[in-house]
Amino acid sequence: MEMPLTQHISSNRPALHLKDYTSVGGYQSVHKALQSLTPQEVTKMVQDSDLKGRGGAGFNTGMKWSFVPMNTTGQTKYLIANADEMEPGTFKDRLLLEGNPHQLIEGMIVSAYAIQANISYIFLRWAYKKAARLIQTAIHEAYAAGYLGKNILGSGFNLEMHLHTGVGRYICGEETALLNALEGKRATPRTKPPFPQVSGLFGKPTIVNNVETLCNIPHIVNNGPDWFRGLSPGSDAGTKLYGISGRVNRPGLWELPMGTTMRELIETHAGGMKKDFRFRAALPGGASTDFLVEEHLDVKMDYQSVSAAGSRLGTGTMIILDDQTCPVGFIHNLEHFFAQESCGWCTPCREGLPWTEKILLSIENGEGRQEDLDLLAMHTRYMGPGNTFCALAPGAMEPLQSGLKYFRADFERHINEKNCPWR
Amino acid sequence: MLSPDEIRKINHEIALVPVRKAACIEALKIVQQHRGWISDDSLRAIAAYLEMSAEELDSVATFYNLIFRKPVGRNIILMCDSISCYVMGYREVYEKLQVLLNIRFGETTPDARFTLLPNACLGSCDHAPVLMINEDTYRGLTIEKLEEILQEYK
Repeated sequence: MEMPLTQHISSNRPALHLKDYTSVGGYQSVHKALQSLTPQEVTKMVQDSDLKGRGGAGFNTGMKWSFVPMNTTGQTKYLIANADEMEPGTFKDRLLLEGNPHQLIEGMIVSAYAIQANISYIFLRWAYKKAARLIQTAIHEAYAAGYLGKNILGSGFNLEMHLHTGVGRYICGEETALLNALEGKRATPRTKPPFPQVSGLFGKPTIVNNVETLCNIPHIVNNGPDWFRGLSPGSDAGTKLYGISGRVNRPGLWELPMGTTMRELIETHAGGMKKDFRFRAALPGGASTDFLVEEHLDVKMDYQSVSAAGSRLGTGTMIILDDQTCPVGFIHNLEHFFAQESCGWCTPCREGLPWTEKILLSIENGEGRQEDLDLLAMHTRYMGPGNTFCALAPGAMEPLQSGLKYFRADFERHINEKNCPWR
Repeated sequence: MLSPDEIRKINHEIALVPVRKAACIEALKIVQQHRGWISDDSLRAIAAYLEMSAEELDSVATFYNLIFRKPVGRNIILMCDSISCYVMGYREVYEKLQVLLNIRFGETTPDARFTLLPNACLGSCDHAPVLMINEDTYRGLTIEKLEEILQEYK
């Protein structure tokens, strides 16, 4: 089984330096793209590969690139790696950043070439200290080897790369909020249109891609779109970094073909539930995805299948709810996070999320009323898609709306018994 | 007043951006690294240097949770309170921390040795519960380990 993303990552040794990375084929895609392909040909390959954004939205990456204006000689354009991994329960990009930073830099050079961007940023979350040190070293090595800077490999293509570490806030992962953060502003999302591809960082055309997305690019350029689509037996292409946290025997991360089932992930890779714990539900792709329950265990973890089951693949890192954890407390914890992290820009989110959190806390503490359940359901509609400025609040409503559906009896027990049955 | 060292580092950041005040978050980070936190005087000095109003800079500084607008201790404990750590028992760790330090979230010990803050997911969910002290991440926490970990920080 091929594992292109993690083939050079090992927990037994430090990340590869440039010399060792090139000796196992690293930076080959830069040679190939810059010396034998046009930018349009690279974009076409990525589009044909059907690589979809691994940050959660799942949009075709090559298609996203194709919206960047290309008749722009001399105009500044930007490529940004979104390494602000902050979705609760998500720890996949950390592995790629700490395990093989040169793979990300290689992917960024080729991606920047495709859109003809000459300045690139890695927007890294503050907490990833080890990744910051490794990336900084890797960027220096790439400059010294001529993969970054002026006239890369004699192609005439120039690219600068900077590491930017954030100072907190989940909303920075939203791509237009990220642009504001990079411009030294409050990280509130921007109105779309204009889309960043046309008017992004400092008003210039900009592409923001997730780390895992960018790490796939070298392999697609080296091996072709057909190879990439063939990595997965299902309807979505490539491999995926899947993760599991919660009360399983072996929490962790695995690179597997896109479309691996939830059951295989939990039972085979994570070693099943811990002794004396039973599976009740899972958030398939981070905090802002709908719960899936036992009847969904055979769902394939790809964009289409998870969506058909009523949730989203999101980041592909699953959080397990077991039978000894209170679902109301679990959802309260999620909504506490979202209420804290709301940027405050639009009213439904700024006011609705703390309200939701307070209702959940009172139910969890045995002070809930029957009509609170209707109030919560109302909030899931008011903060649903289309009613807020960005996707934060609709994302926050996903575990709540599905929680109200699957755990209604648990909510009612809290209200009727006037306490939390798990305490 | 900014120190020559702070100014040198801020100038390096200004050179990377097309607008002077776009370097403001970096400048806040630099000054905080030197002084531990951003006082009103520090804020005004940075704002003046970047040719922006102190109010505008404060709106940025107060947005980001890792820019400190109040004095903090010598060591910052950031405890993950997000979902995977919640499931894996962060409450017990937090309760033990409160006993050991006699402070709650948002507080600093009287000897200014520790400030204890909650933090959103630290991205080590497969080793929950997790906390960071300054630049160090501690994974798979148990209450037994806590006392020993804290002794590393003076």
